Amino acid sequence: MIKAWQWLQQLIGEHSASFGSIIPPNDHKALSNQQPVRRLRPSAGDELILPLQQHRGDKPKLNVRPGDYVYKGQMLAHADTANSAKNTRCVPLHASTSGTITTIADRPIAHPSGLNDTCVILQADGLDQYGADGLMPALANYTELDSACLRQRIRDAGIVGLGGAVFPAAIKLAVNPQRPVDTLIINGAECEPYITCDDVLMRDKAAEILAGAQIMLHILQADDDPAADSITRRCLLGVEANKPQAISSLRAALAPLDDPRLEVVVVPTQYPAGGEKQLIHALTGKEVPTGGRPADKGIICHNVATARAIYRAVVLGEPLISRYVTLTGAGVAQPGNVDVPLGLRVGALLGATPPDAQLIMGGPMMGLTLHSAQIPVVKATNCILVNPLSAKPAALPCIRCGQCAQHCPAGLLPQQLYWYAQARDFAKAERHALFDCIECGCCAYVCPSHIPLVDYYRFAKAEIQSQRTAKAKAEHARKRHDFHQERLERAQRERTERLAKHKQKAQSHNSGQQQDAIQAALARAKAKKAQQQLQAKASTRNDQEPTA
Amino acid sequence: MNVTPPTAPYLRQANQSVDGLMRQVIYALLPGTLVMLWYFGWGIVTNLVMGIGFALLLEASMLRLRAKALSLFLQDYSVVVTAWLLALALPAFAPWWLLLIAMVFAVVIAKHLYGGLGQNPFNPAMVGYAAVLVSFPLEMTRWVAPLDLSFMHISLSESLQAVGATLNQTRWDAITLATPLDTVKTALFSGHTLPLSEAQHLLSAAGLSTEMINLAFLAGGLWLWYRRVISWHIPLALLLALTLSAAVFWLWDAQHYPSPLFHLLSGGTMLTAFFIATDPVSASTTPVGKLLYAAGIGLFTYLIRTWGAYPDAFAFAVIIMNMAVPLLDAYTRPRVYGH
Repeated sequence: MIKAWQWLQQLIGEHSASFGSIIPPNDHKALSNQQPVRRLRPSAGDELILPLQQHRGDKPKLNVRPGDYVYKGQMLAHADTANSAKNTRCVPLHASTSGTITTIADRPIAHPSGLNDTCVILQADGLDQYGADGLMPALANYTELDSACLRQRIRDAGIVGLGGAVFPAAIKLAVNPQRPVDTLIINGAECEPYITCDDVLMRDKAAEILAGAQIMLHILQADDDPAADSITRRCLLGVEANKPQAISSLRAALAPLDDPRLEVVVVPTQYPAGGEKQLIHALTGKEVPTGGRPADKGIICHNVATARAIYRAVVLGEPLISRYVTLTGAGVAQPGNVDVPLGLRVGALLGATPPDAQLIMGGPMMGLTLHSAQIPVVKATNCILVNPLSAKPAALPCIRCGQCAQHCPAGLLPQQLYWYAQARDFAKAERHALFDCIECGCCAYVCPSHIPLVDYYRFAKAEIQSQRTAKAKAEHARKRHDFHQERLERAQRERTERLAKHKQKAQSHNSGQQQDAIQAALARAKAKKAQQQLQAKASTRNDQEPTA
Repeated sequence: MNVTPPTAPYLRQANQSVDGLMRQVIYALLPGTLVMLWYFGWGIVTNLVMGIGFALLLEASMLRLRAKALSLFLQDYSVVVTAWLLALALPAFAPWWLLLIAMVFAVVIAKHLYGGLGQNPFNPAMVGYAAVLVSFPLEMTRWVAPLDLSFMHISLSESLQAVGATLNQTRWDAITLATPLDTVKTALFSGHTLPLSEAQHLLSAAGLSTEMINLAFLAGGLWLWYRRVISWHIPLALLLALTLSAAVFWLWDAQHYPSPLFHLLSGGTMLTAFFIATDPVSASTTPVGKLLYAAGIGLFTYLIRTWGAYPDAFAFAVIIMNMAVPLLDAYTRPRVYGH
C-alpha cells in the first residue's frame, strides 16, 4: 500500500526520486581532458598573490612581515586557536614557493562584488625550495594515531573543501559521537560542463585519492566509543558516467588495496549530480534535512581533490599549496589542466586572451565572473573558463510554463520564488523554501523567457539576510537600552531606598534616644519627687515630735 | 549592447524560448486545422485570417498604449496562438464583427488589461469565446453542416457574404446543421431517449466529422507532449474525469446519457484537453494542482454539457477552474528536498 502510494507520487512528480536536473547536450569536457597535466612552477621574479582568507570561516593571523624570506610550504599565517573554540573555522596559509614577502596589502580577489582583501604578496626566487621546517613530519603510520591528532594535521596543512565550498576539512571530519558517521562519500561527480580537473586528477592520482579516503575512514573509526557496538563504515566514490577513464583508473587502484569498505559507484550524468545533497541522494537515497548537515544522516562528503590533499598532508607532510585547475573555453589558447601553485595570477596561466572575452572562475552554471586577470588562483579555483561575450536575449515575462519547477533539483517552485522576490514579498519567499535553493542555475538554464532567475534568488537571500542582521542589531540595541534603562531605574530605586532607610534609621535612632532621655528624665523626676516626699514626711514627723 | 550576464548561469538551453514554444503549439494545431478545413472549407480560412489579423492589430495597439517594445512582444507568437484557438472554437463562417468582439475580449480585456503576457488569470481565448457565446447565441450555434471537401460546396463569394453578415437567412438554414452535442441535448431536453444508437451516432456524417477533428487534435496534442511542451498531467486528468463522469451515467442509463466515447470525440474535447487547458499562464503549475485543475474542467464540462443550456461547456469549465488556480497552487506545493 505504502509502496503503491510512493509509486503514485513518483509518477505524478511529487516524490523525491523525481527531483529535477538538466542534461546539457554538450558537456565540453573533451576540450580540456585530453591533454596531460602541465605542471607550472613559478620562475624567479613571479609575483604570487595569496589572499589570507581562502576558506569559509575566520581569517588566520599573519606570521610574516614584508621583507621576510620564506621557504616553500612555510606557514605565512596561522589559525588562531588560542582564544576561540576548538573547532574554530580557521586554517593556516602557506607559502606556495620560496621567495621574499614584498608587501601585505589589499588586492582584488574573486568576489561577486569585486572587493579587495588582505593578501600576502610573495616574490618568487625561482628556487622553489623547501626549508628545514617547510615540510611537516610525515605521519606514514597514521593508523596508530588518534583522530584529534590527524585532524590537527589536516588543519595545519590548510586543507579546505576543494570542490568549491572551501569549508575547513578538519571540522567536517570532527563528528558528533552521539551520531556516528557510517558513510563517507568521495565526490568525483564533477557535473558542471567544461570542468575536468577532478576527472584528470582521478585518472592520474587515483591511488592518492583512495589513500586519502582510507585516512578519513580511520579518523571516523578512531572516534568510536570503544564500549559501543562498532558500526560498519563504507566509503562510496561517486563518479559521473561520462568519465569512463577516471572510473577505470579508480577501480584499478582499488583492486590491490583489497579494502571492502571502498566502492566506486557510477552515477548518471546529469547536472547537478555533484551537488552535495544531490550526490548523497543518488548514492544513499537519503535526504539531508533542511537546515541540517549530511552528518545528521550519518554521512560526510568530501571532494576527490580534498581526499588527495589529506593523503599528501598526512603521509607526506605536505601543506596545501597547489591544485589542479582546468583552463578551458573558446578563448583559451592552450586548454587543458594545470597543476598550479596557489597565488599565481589568472592572467599568467592563460597567456593572451581575446579582448572581448569573459573570464569565469568556476563552471558555466555557478562560476563567478572575474573582473580582472590579476586575480590569483586560490584554493577554491577549480576552473578558469574563458568564453567570448555573447549577446543576451531580452527577458520576457514569466509564462508560468513550469519548466523551472520540473528541473529544480531541490523540488522548489522557482516561478513562485521569482514572483515573490520581484514583489519583495520575502516572507512568502522564505515560506516557499527560498533558502533551500542551491543556486545551481537549472531554472535559468531552461527558462524560455530568459529570466535571470538565480539573480532574483540571490537578491532575495541577501535582502533577507540584511534584514535579519538589521533586526538582530535592533533587537540587541533595544535589549541594551532596556537594560541600561533598568539599571538606571534600579540605581535610582536603590538610592531612594537607601536614603529612606538611612533616614528612618536616623529617625528611629533619634527617637529612641529621646525616649530614653525622657524616660530617664521621668525616672529622675520620679526619684526626685519620691525623695522630696520622703523628706517632707520626715520633716513633718520631726515637726510633730516636739509638739507632742 | 546586451552582453552575457555577469552572473551565473552563463549557459542557456539552446532553442528554448517563448516564441519557440508558441510556434510548436501552432505546428501541433495544424493537423486538426487541416481536418477542419476539409469539413468547413472557406469558413475556417476566413476565421483564421480575420481572427489572427484582428488579434495582431489589437495586440499591437495595446502594446503601443502600454509603451511596450512592439518588436519584442509581437514576436512571441502568444497572441497568434490565442487567436488561432479562438478562431477554431468559433463557428466556421463567423461574421467579422463576431470575430472582432471575441478578439477584443480575448486580447484587450482578458490579456492586456490584466497586465499582458504571463499575467492573465483567465484563459484569453476562452474569455473571448464565453463573452460572445452569452451575447450572441444565434450566431454562436450556427454551425455549417460538415461536408467532405467543403470548398467545393460553399463558394468563396458565399463565404464572404456570410463573413460580411449579408448572407440571407434562408441560405443559412440550408447549410447549417445541429452539431451532435446539440442533437443529443435537444432530444434529452424534450424528454426523448437518445435519437440515434451509439453506432449510428459514431457513423453519422456529423458524428464522423467531429470524431475526425478530435482525433487530429489528439494527434497534435500527443506530439506536443512528446516534445515536452506540455506535460501529461492536464490532458490525461481532463479526459479521465470526463470519461469517468460520463461512464457513471451511461452505465446507469444508456438510453438517456451518451457514452464516454461520444463525449471524448465530440465538440472541443481534444482541442481543450491538449491546447486550451494546458495554457500555462492560467493553469496550475504544480503536479497535483494540474491534476485537480484538469479534473475539475473535465467534471464541469460533463455537468454543463449534460444539464446546462449551452452547446459546449469548455469555455465555462476552463474559466471556473482558472479561478481556482491560485488556491490550487497554494495548497499543492510539492515537497521540497529535505522537508
